[in-house]
Amino acid sequence: MTLDLNGLLTFWARRWDDILELLGEHLTVVAVALVIAMAIGVGVGMLVWDKPLPRSAVIATAGVALTIPSLALLALLIPAVGLGWTPTVIALVMYSLLPIVRNTVVGLREVSPAIMESALGMGMTPLTVLFRVQLPMAWPIILTGVRVAAQLTIGVAAIAAYVAGPGLGQFIFQGLSSLGSKNALNFALTGTLGVVLLALVVDAAFVGITRSTTSRGLRA
Amino acid sequence: MPKQLNTALLQIAGKTSGALIELDSVTKQYPNQPVAAVKNFSMTVQPGELIMFVGPSGCGKTTTMKMINRIIEPTSGSISIDGRDVLSLDPSELRRHIGYVIQQIGLFPHMTIAENIGVVPKLLNWSKEKTSDRVHELLTTVGLEPGDFAHRYPKQLSGGQQQRVGVARALAADPPVMLMDEPFGATDPITREKLQAEFLRLQASIGKTIIFVTHDFDEAVRLGDRIAVLSNRSQIEQFDTPANILASPANEYVSSFIGLGTAIKRLVLIPVTTAQLGPASAAVARGTTVRTTDSLRDALDSLVLTGLPALAVVDELNKAVGSISVDQISAVLGAEVPILTPTAEA
Repeated sequence: MTLDLNGLLTFWARRWDDILELLGEHLTVVAVALVIAMAIGVGVGMLVWDKPLPRSAVIATAGVALTIPSLALLALLIPAVGLGWTPTVIALVMYSLLPIVRNTVVGLREVSPAIMESALGMGMTPLTVLFRVQLPMAWPIILTGVRVAAQLTIGVAAIAAYVAGPGLGQFIFQGLSSLGSKNALNFALTGTLGVVLLALVVDAAFVGITRSTTSRGLRA
Repeated sequence: MPKQLNTALLQIAGKTSGALIELDSVTKQYPNQPVAAVKNFSMTVQPGELIMFVGPSGCGKTTTMKMINRIIEPTSGSISIDGRDVLSLDPSELRRHIGYVIQQIGLFPHMTIAENIGVVPKLLNWSKEKTSDRVHELLTTVGLEPGDFAHRYPKQLSGGQQQRVGVARALAADPPVMLMDEPFGATDPITREKLQAEFLRLQASIGKTIIFVTHDFDEAVRLGDRIAVLSNRSQIEQFDTPANILASPANEYVSSFIGLGTAIKRLVLIPVTTAQLGPASAAVARGTTVRTTDSLRDALDSLVLTGLPALAVVDELNKAVGSISVDQISAVLGAEVPILTPTAEA
């Protein structure tokens, strides 16, 4: 089986609307999962950052979730929630949680004791310190966690086609299941290239988001 | 919060130019530690007084200070500001009316200088205009041009400038009481002396009640109205004016803490005009001069530096009023002299 460049270009020309739709789906499912994971991850991080036992428990649990092979996790979710978007989003949220929770905890804890003391000494309540001092200072670190989670989930989302999930995985699986046929390589290659391209674009977007949402006083 | 406590806070807050602080048998005992960190500490601080806590590291001086704004909760004893028991007030609301400066400054790196100074006014729900006016006033007070500095971030300032912002931030809501934990400890000697002089000038005009913790006895002599020399578990070895402590240390511990050179240290507290000045003609014309507002130490410093037998003493109008020599300085130390209070020195 050799690569026929002309064939690939013709394939793209004929199916560009399908390709765009799958790219859009892929991006959407990742974005939905990241927003949910951020709400849960940052929230949980804020609850446990200063409590040693719950903190270790949460990070360990999120770490375990990451060790479950994605195919196995998706398969396990089918009896519970069926096929399609739901198991995909749930799996992606589970994979995103570790980097987001961990970075939230690290970021909140990294605020120096001197700054914490002067904040309390000026009459901020612990909740005010959390929202007005710790969270803004931890923000670039939290965003780095989200960025790692984004890279991770863009890759994992490709596997979600296994449970009839959305995204470029559909092309990859279609290619793999029709090996030997004329377009098999074109399907697999297009899906894979699309995932890589998406990962690069999203990563670049995160550089911009981090820059524009971080206080100038914190930038190096 | 009960209404009565709110009234108590308002009464403390209303006293912008100094409040009476009373500590009575205050003890801090940490669990799992055989001895108390602070044991039976009692002290009365008059409104507008600048009290220095001096002692070696680990003697409990900082712990004692931090119990006043309840960063550390005392195990027993009572602390009151202007007669109100601070232990019955809400700690966060109490702290908004007590200025707090620490050695590491603790400016918020993600906020501009103006936002840093505006933290307490914002907590007190001041209007934007009132806060902004106050920020500009304070930046001017501490010698930073508001137009230039208000919108900078802490990392864009030098250590000395950051420390000035730290003091301005603590003064934001015009609190009657200030707690300062080695505020100038991390700055270089030249910056430190400048900050000390500025601080004395500032205190002379605002008259806060200040507890100032330091391990530097010279700083205590220079700044304090009264000095508390503390030993382990925050025991008060001597509590008196700098002049009295230098002239008659209460015990061996205090003497060893003062260290060598008590005569030189005392000179800091004595104005040039206390000396029996010689005739103006004794000094070299157009040489280095000493101001009438300088201390005898400044005069001695200039004498040693120039190697001249006598220097002209000039008043504010630069008119020579006499001359001073080493003999005349020695004569002052031998005699009973009225002592200059440090706040008037600057």
